[in-house]
Amino acid sequence: MSLTDHIAGIGRSAIASVTGLGSAGLMLWGAIARVPKPRKGIPLLIKQLYVIGVQSMVIILVSGLFIGMVLALQGYNILVGFGTEDSLGPMVALSLLRELGPVVTALLFAGRAGSALTAEIGLMKSTEQLSSLEMMAIDPLRQIIAPRFWAGVISLPLLALMFTAVGIYGGHIVGVEWKGIDSGSFWSILQASVEWRQDIVNCVIKSLVFAVVVTWIALYRGYNVIPNPEGISRATTQTVVQSSLAVLALDFLLTAMMFGS
Amino acid sequence: MINERADDDATPLVEIEHLAFSRGSHVIYEDVSLSIPKGKVTAIMGPSGIGKTTLLKLIGGQLQPDRGNIKVDGIDVHQCSRSELFELRKRMSMLFQSGALFTDMNVFDNVAFALREHSGLPEAIIKRIVLMKLEAVGLRGAAKMMPSELSGGMQRRAALARAIALEPELILYDEPFAGQDPISMGVLVKLIRELSDALNLTSVVVSHDVQEVLGIADYVYVLADKRIIAHGTPEELRLADNPKLKQFIGGEPDGPVPFHFPAPDYQKEMLGELN
Repeated sequence: MSLTDHIAGIGRSAIASVTGLGSAGLMLWGAIARVPKPRKGIPLLIKQLYVIGVQSMVIILVSGLFIGMVLALQGYNILVGFGTEDSLGPMVALSLLRELGPVVTALLFAGRAGSALTAEIGLMKSTEQLSSLEMMAIDPLRQIIAPRFWAGVISLPLLALMFTAVGIYGGHIVGVEWKGIDSGSFWSILQASVEWRQDIVNCVIKSLVFAVVVTWIALYRGYNVIPNPEGISRATTQTVVQSSLAVLALDFLLTAMMFGS
Repeated sequence: MINERADDDATPLVEIEHLAFSRGSHVIYEDVSLSIPKGKVTAIMGPSGIGKTTLLKLIGGQLQPDRGNIKVDGIDVHQCSRSELFELRKRMSMLFQSGALFTDMNVFDNVAFALREHSGLPEAIIKRIVLMKLEAVGLRGAAKMMPSELSGGMQRRAALARAIALEPELILYDEPFAGQDPISMGVLVKLIRELSDALNLTSVVVSHDVQEVLGIADYVYVLADKRIIAHGTPEELRLADNPKLKQFIGGEPDGPVPFHFPAPDYQKEMLGELN
């Protein structure tokens, strides 16, 4: 009896997760397939770009600076043992562009903007603002979900590039100004070893993928919230946990595809 | 004059036939049929938790019934296309129990929202319409306030102004009196009745506030046990001798509708004889 219950339970949760994936897909499709009139859509998008992108800048820039500085300090201590401390520039730049920039930005974005999106949409749902849009013959997917989705997808790659740039500057502060590496060789070796296609384009591709996944999870969790305080708190937690795990797992896949061979 | 209009010959705006609806395994309606005449105030009453809000969401096409159909002005809400449904929704509006004002905009913009989306009117005219609607609910002075600054009663009046902004033919009121103090209750009762008469609106009021509802409704349906147990004009219902109806209208705690939720035997459970 208990064994069959157990198997039935596995089946139920499998069905539930496939159903969830399906309805999340339908939500995303509903949001991006119906393009609004530019006159109405663009002001909504600009507002969300401000809330999701611009307001996340402080945490992204400060974290980027510190991560670059820590990276440079640890890197310097290792490299100086081999007498190759001049390669500090490419070490910092490549670690940031290839991994830390997109990944840490996406993780911070999930915590800062993703959780806010889930809570906002969850509250809109539980106060029946979404229903009330529907009853006014206005599609909430187009009015509420779509501008937030596009704002996330546009913001995150830009934030990742800012994070990386500030991180490299942080590396410069530690390496050149504190530890006394020659500024000319820091920049010239860095410039020579960073490739446009391999490093910068891949950085943007990674963060675009993370942007879609994190924003999608955040919006779906909010849109599908159980409308009570416990439900909203659960949904917010799920957003952060699921999107962080998704970012880390996808990062491995993408890295294997980009740098594996 | 109003009572003369309350004849059966009025054409129905909303017709519900053999409606069945359930959430999961929980059956909410088994077989509900009712019709809502044009230009009248029709009330749907019943104890809380009976799914009265669900009925409004079914009429608005937000939920799909298991069986049966709902027609609004001859159009089947659940069979028509999405764009037909959206066109239909422009002709109806719903006053949510919570008000459901958009919390990120002020009262004026809330009322103007649907007008800006659908009417295509220039802003100068929209402004006049919004001020007229706010004047009608007595909140013209609160136009620049945010929803969070309003009291519960004012929020509901602002939501009412928003609901009538597009001059709908049908308004669905979800528990308009719940949680209101006597003064704002009186204001809402007066507003609903006046709007209905002045604009010739069709109103559906879902409520369990018996006296207020009997005071304004032209026709009343009483829901209980997943179906309609009584219907008639308020006078007819007051005189009816159905025991369930009497209990509900008289507000008696126990009767045919039991005070206790079904439970195992009290004595046995207290003595620990149940497992």
